[in-house]
Amino acid sequence: MTITRRDFIRSMALDSAAVAAFTMFPGISFAGWKPTDLSSDSIQWSKTPCRFCGTGCGLLVGVSGKRAVAVKGDPNCSVNKGLCCVKGYHSVQVLYGRDRFKTAYVRKNGKMVPTPIEKALDLVASRMKESIEKTGKDSIAIYGSGQWSIPDGYTASKFFKGCIGTNNVEANARLCMASAVTGCLTTFGLDEPMGCYEDIDNADVFITWGNNMAEMHPVLFSRMLANRKSKTHVRIIDLTTRSTRSSQAADKSFIFNPQSDLAIANAICYEIIKNNWVNQDFVSKHVSFYKGKTHIGYGTEDHFKFKDKGEAVDFNAYKEFLKDYTPEIAEKISGVSAENIKYLAALYGDPEKKVTSFWTMGMNQHTRGTWINNLVYNIHLLTGKISTPGNSPFSLTGQPSACGTVREVGTLTHKLPHGVVMKEKARKLAAKIWGVPESNIDPKPTYHTVEMFRALDRGEINFMWIQVTNPMVTMPNLRRYRNGAKKDGRFIVVSEIYPTPTSDVADVILPSALWVEREGFFGNSERRTQHNEQLVPKPGEAMCNTWQLIQVARRMGFEKQFPWKEDSYIEDIWNEYIKFHDTPKHRMAPYKLLRERSGVQWPFVNGKETRWRYNGKYDPACRDDTWDFYGKPDHKAWIWLRPYEPPAESPDREYPFWLNTGRVLEHWHTGSMTRRIPILHRAVPESYVEINQEDAKTLGVVNKSLVKISSRRGSVVMKVSINGRGNPPKGMVFVPFFDESYLINEVTLDAFCPISKQPDYKKCAVKLEKV
Amino acid sequence: MPIFSFLAYPKKSMKDQLIRELSAMKYCEIKASENQDVLILLTDTPDEKTNKNLIDSIKELKSLQSLSMTFGHTDL
Ligand code: SF4
Repeated sequence: MTITRRDFIRSMALDSAAVAAFTMFPGISFAGWKPTDLSSDSIQWSKTPCRFCGTGCGLLVGVSGKRAVAVKGDPNCSVNKGLCCVKGYHSVQVLYGRDRFKTAYVRKNGKMVPTPIEKALDLVASRMKESIEKTGKDSIAIYGSGQWSIPDGYTASKFFKGCIGTNNVEANARLCMASAVTGCLTTFGLDEPMGCYEDIDNADVFITWGNNMAEMHPVLFSRMLANRKSKTHVRIIDLTTRSTRSSQAADKSFIFNPQSDLAIANAICYEIIKNNWVNQDFVSKHVSFYKGKTHIGYGTEDHFKFKDKGEAVDFNAYKEFLKDYTPEIAEKISGVSAENIKYLAALYGDPEKKVTSFWTMGMNQHTRGTWINNLVYNIHLLTGKISTPGNSPFSLTGQPSACGTVREVGTLTHKLPHGVVMKEKARKLAAKIWGVPESNIDPKPTYHTVEMFRALDRGEINFMWIQVTNPMVTMPNLRRYRNGAKKDGRFIVVSEIYPTPTSDVADVILPSALWVEREGFFGNSERRTQHNEQLVPKPGEAMCNTWQLIQVARRMGFEKQFPWKEDSYIEDIWNEYIKFHDTPKHRMAPYKLLRERSGVQWPFVNGKETRWRYNGKYDPACRDDTWDFYGKPDHKAWIWLRPYEPPAESPDREYPFWLNTGRVLEHWHTGSMTRRIPILHRAVPESYVEINQEDAKTLGVVNKSLVKISSRRGSVVMKVSINGRGNPPKGMVFVPFFDESYLINEVTLDAFCPISKQPDYKKCAVKLEKV
Repeated sequence: MPIFSFLAYPKKSMKDQLIRELSAMKYCEIKASENQDVLILLTDTPDEKTNKNLIDSIKELKSLQSLSMTFGHTDL
């Protein structure tokens, strides 16, 4: 049977409604009508990872003619087992927005003029050369993304670090995952979670720390709910600063004061020790204790520098340190009752219960982000609940390849694909694989993201290439950085698919090929690498980001380092890249296998994926069949003594409210893609400010009233939402950041964790005025 | 040429009326559930303006309790 594209879309529309109806009314029937069998010959279905969140759901994309027309969940992908969320189901529509960039643009006399892409690439290369000649290699920079495909990030790193010799390479994952990285590195010596999503099927208790999984990781949340439904004893506890959809679904929800998770985590450990719930055997064999620096600052000033130093201490010193965190003291700091803190400790401490902790931005976007990551690891290490099925401290990733492209490839100023620029051994390996002199790779890191945009503002950087990310919406204290990017003498190149506030400040716009318009790889939260092939043609002159970089590198004289042919460069890059990780601690799957399977987890050793790292029962890199935290020289995981310290800015008389920002289910980050998908746009057409009912009454506002939210840095006027999908406690407001018409980041503060350099988007002080 | 689908919920005891009214409207196709008070509504209009007008008129139906969108495609 041949069906037209229109018939096909009508069938998809009916089927989507039927799926929604079946979900809401199990057993529902529609007289004489059954959902269509979409396995028509005219539709070719191919696997790909979803291009939105870091869950990494496997999708099957249906292509009819030369167009992607439909999506269904990939039943062969262990991540989602055929399920998707609303973003995934509608994801192919992101390819076909009307205002898609299909040609390059160059700014001439203040106007963006369509330009053949080869000419635009010539200009990019010549402006890069000019900057390097006039102001030095460190006056140019590249700012990429956790939405970069792995070959994009790898090529950027090789080009900038290996060929040009500047460490001015950063990616937006600095804004979302950096504290998770430094948390892993300081505790375990190696990055990325030790567990996998199978923990969700095995845990008895889930404790979510400041994350709204129901909206941010909906497929994993459903998997958690399915586990609870199938076993009556399973419990979900939501620790949060505002009530969300996740709170509604949890068995218990405890609201804590912003930043006070530090005190709660320490108090849980205090209780575990006090009640003899410590797994003594595990701790004595596999754990060391360290104390770091305190009063470490907030990075709000330019050129801020901080370096932590661990000092070895013993268990008694740790016990002594925890005396400042009795549940009663923690109650005063956090607002969570001592009784509830003891309840949490009892769940973690019960040797019969397998516990998984999940977190995302609440813990990572935190001026003590590294510390709170360390402290949650402390709980799992004290109880030995780690690296076994169901026992897992698990940092979930926001972006589809924050792990794959940023954490694994190392597209951050201090990193190389293996190791850090400061280490000679790592530079030697990179130079050898890249075919460049070792002296090319600078041993000194330069700017982390916030400081990189400050350097652009100050003029130390005068050329910046931004690929597939939208910093002119997402940078905190945005006004400073937007004004900086617009200053005379700055040259900004933006590789994008749609117009954004970032492409508005560009001197050159390069049209990017997106997702299934090119071949690539993503890496999800659970160390799973997922390959996608090109399924549809690129629109107009759109070009894969990797190929854009290669074209410019060749124009700058690096043909030898980028010799690949257009029909096989992605495979060639993969084969070169995996040489960096060729040890049992991080071996990646071969290209051929990745093409076949719906994702493969690393370390991939002797033909097998490693589900749980650091446990010899599952991880062949361990010395024996027990735990081996081989990332640290002493083969032990480190418990850190990290105190509670207040946030950079707290409400006061003039600015009496906390401002918290974040996402909503329907929109991906700054909405540049999802706002072009009709169903997602219509579901949440504009941003809003959530206000507690009592505060709304005091202010004299009702739903949809306008209020002005102001901080010391800027203000925005937007509509009020009371008792909507989220409900902040009295004294806090929450604003989703997806809507470029309301630039809430003009209000936020550019304070960051001094160790990870990740900004805190969850806490600053604002005032509200009725408009 | 927008195509949308919705779950349409009738007001109490007004399911039959909602079925009749929607069936009579141009550009609408419905699948009524036989055991629940809900209808699947498919709209397939020639342009965005017609689509908007159609949705506005549907929302004015006295027999309609609420409409929730489940699929949307505008660019064919
Ligand atoms: S949960 Fe994330 S990866 Fe899965 S379909 Fe939704 S957006 Fe895509």
